[in-house]
Amino acid sequence: MAEIKEIFINSDNLETDEFKINMGPQHPAGHGVLRLVVTLEGEIVRNVDPNIGFIHSGIEKMCESLAYNQIVHLTDRMDYLSAHISNEAVCLCVENALQIEVPDRVKYIRTIMDELMRISSHQLWFGAYGMDMGASTALFYGLRDREKILDIFEETCGARVTLNYNMPGGLMFDIKPNFQKQVKDYIKFLRKKLPEYDKLVSGNIIFTERTKGVGILSLEDCIAYGVTGPSGRASNFSCDVRKHHPYSAYPFVKFEEILDTTCDTYARYYNRIREMWESLNIIEQLIDNIPEGDYAVKMKGVVKLPEGEYMQRVETARGDFGVFIVSDGKKNPYRVKFRSPGFSNLFAVNKMSKGIKIGDLVATLGALDPVMPDIDR
Amino acid sequence: MGFNIYDFSTFTHNLHVWFNQQMSPGWATTVEWVIVGVLYLTFVALMGLFLIYAERKVCAAFQQRIGPNRVGPWGLIQTIADMIKMMMKELVAPLHIDKFLYNLAPFIIICCMFLTLAAIPFAPGLQGLDFDIGVFYLSAVSSISVIGILLAGWSSNNKYSLIGGIRAGAQIISYELSVGMSLMTVVILAGTMQFSGIIEGQRDLWFIFKGHIPAFIAFVIFIIAGTAETNRGPFDLAEAESELTAGFHTEYSGIKFGLFYVGEFVNMFVVAAVAATVFLGGWMPLHFGGFESFNHVMDLIPPIVWFFLKSFGIVFIIMWLKWSFPRLRVDQILTLEWKYLLPINLVNILVMTIVVLTKFHF
Repeated sequence: MAEIKEIFINSDNLETDEFKINMGPQHPAGHGVLRLVVTLEGEIVRNVDPNIGFIHSGIEKMCESLAYNQIVHLTDRMDYLSAHISNEAVCLCVENALQIEVPDRVKYIRTIMDELMRISSHQLWFGAYGMDMGASTALFYGLRDREKILDIFEETCGARVTLNYNMPGGLMFDIKPNFQKQVKDYIKFLRKKLPEYDKLVSGNIIFTERTKGVGILSLEDCIAYGVTGPSGRASNFSCDVRKHHPYSAYPFVKFEEILDTTCDTYARYYNRIREMWESLNIIEQLIDNIPEGDYAVKMKGVVKLPEGEYMQRVETARGDFGVFIVSDGKKNPYRVKFRSPGFSNLFAVNKMSKGIKIGDLVATLGALDPVMPDIDR
Repeated sequence: MGFNIYDFSTFTHNLHVWFNQQMSPGWATTVEWVIVGVLYLTFVALMGLFLIYAERKVCAAFQQRIGPNRVGPWGLIQTIADMIKMMMKELVAPLHIDKFLYNLAPFIIICCMFLTLAAIPFAPGLQGLDFDIGVFYLSAVSSISVIGILLAGWSSNNKYSLIGGIRAGAQIISYELSVGMSLMTVVILAGTMQFSGIIEGQRDLWFIFKGHIPAFIAFVIFIIAGTAETNRGPFDLAEAESELTAGFHTEYSGIKFGLFYVGEFVNMFVVAAVAATVFLGGWMPLHFGGFESFNHVMDLIPPIVWFFLKSFGIVFIIMWLKWSFPRLRVDQILTLEWKYLLPINLVNILVMTIVVLTKFHF
């Protein structure tokens, strides 16, 4: 009897029921080279330990040896799905430091492009999330509509994803004459197509059963982890930089900050769909009112920021993106730090996924919309 | 020889007599076995190729793509090219696997597939085995495939495979109940378990119409449970690619993976064929009792065409399900079976029994 008791006591320390699997760095649900060390008990997730750094490219360090107008072109390699918005962050930071007021035309065009970028990012995310959930048809719905935005980008500035359209002081080129018509057509097109997303995925009983009430992140945890963007706003964390620290043309437009109080994966999913609708509203308010004027301010060949520390926040498709530049008055920055939203969002996954199933872990991770270069930088 | 597209039984009978005239009965039987075996092998190979091509095209249509269109006209030769590639690929086996079980697993699945296929009646006289316990035989052999999946998951020395295998075990064993019971519902109506008898019983009206409400419920349950048993989406948990990379066949390469792949597709066809046979009359043309001229026109279409039309119709429905639904979670899949399908099925059998006893059917 004593022996049996001993075996039972000892077996408690052995942790025979739990085992670890490495999801990634090459894994279909990783959204890039993300490695999750998942401790499982059968199907149930006990612990998730995200390991990052597989695509670390040293962008912050590289910035220290580049001029300010060159730094802009590194930022769209980070969060490549909201390349234009990251570009804008650096441009705004430099412009604020030099106290340059860009023309209203630049502000309007930048904001329209921002919102188009946000829609295209959410569309790709919608597709990728469908893939995570096993609904691969969603991917093609997302890509179909995204292609048209990329076509607009291509005609405006020659690039489809990494736009390089911004530069300190304004834009690279003026918009093409039929830009407004194209965008207006697109608004009409997408308003017709967005209900299809709801029909295919949001209203699907299997999808709602799998996402509602899964991956709960309370408001307190959300703020503690610094989860921002649509994921944070799903936990009722009012963190929209466009609303609280408006930049470019956002002060001129009326829009609603998409908030949800349910704190679950479905709220994170549906927030993005609602953001697409809201982005269309923002574009619609701006597209007809683009003022005449220059598309850039004449800048000096070599930009030198006065000595000091400068910070600029923007709202990318993933959340609160920050650029922090320390200048010592030379043509290169002394130190650059990027606050990437994906990094903070990713590490909340452990909190959200304790005690859920493997399938839900994939769903929870996907709903945070991780983009690995954005996290690793 | 008396070849007749409408009824193969005289042809096969004459062939049998002819073989017996040429050689001793023992040799004749051996030769017939070989011929039937080769025919089934060819059929499975062609069916596998065709279904993979069909799935690609159907999937492409749902996803607003074109699908394969480069190799051959309309991409028809694409799957053949893929098959050649798959056969020529190196068979990579990971370290520390259980070699015997690892190599055995794909063949168990293929064997099980052939056993189930043997009971399918393609046309009058064109059936491998016509047991008087046909339905029972079919549900018995179709559940062998779970052993293959479990062995593949267990022997691969991979945690993803193991999780996939265990998931498949739980899922297939559960859904076996629903498949069996929904077939039993029709057996009560038909009064026989023999496939030829079941088809003969639908001469006046297909069972899905004849048994009206309970038969229709049984049909829907059979399609759901059959999809789950063949591990296809939305029940493809065992190979959920976004969770477990490829589930139980993660570590298989080359033709061993190919066997799993073909097995999955042909099993889907088997499920569709059984559904077509049991609920939609199999090779029996669309008949309504009393409408003689209409029935006569329908008889002009050969039975084998009827059979494949119905089967591929159901295959299309199964593909439709796969490409429009997300994947379920493992606990939801078991909840669906044990809390919903099984009780509904039990009540349904009771209702069917009452319907048959009171003769409250068409």
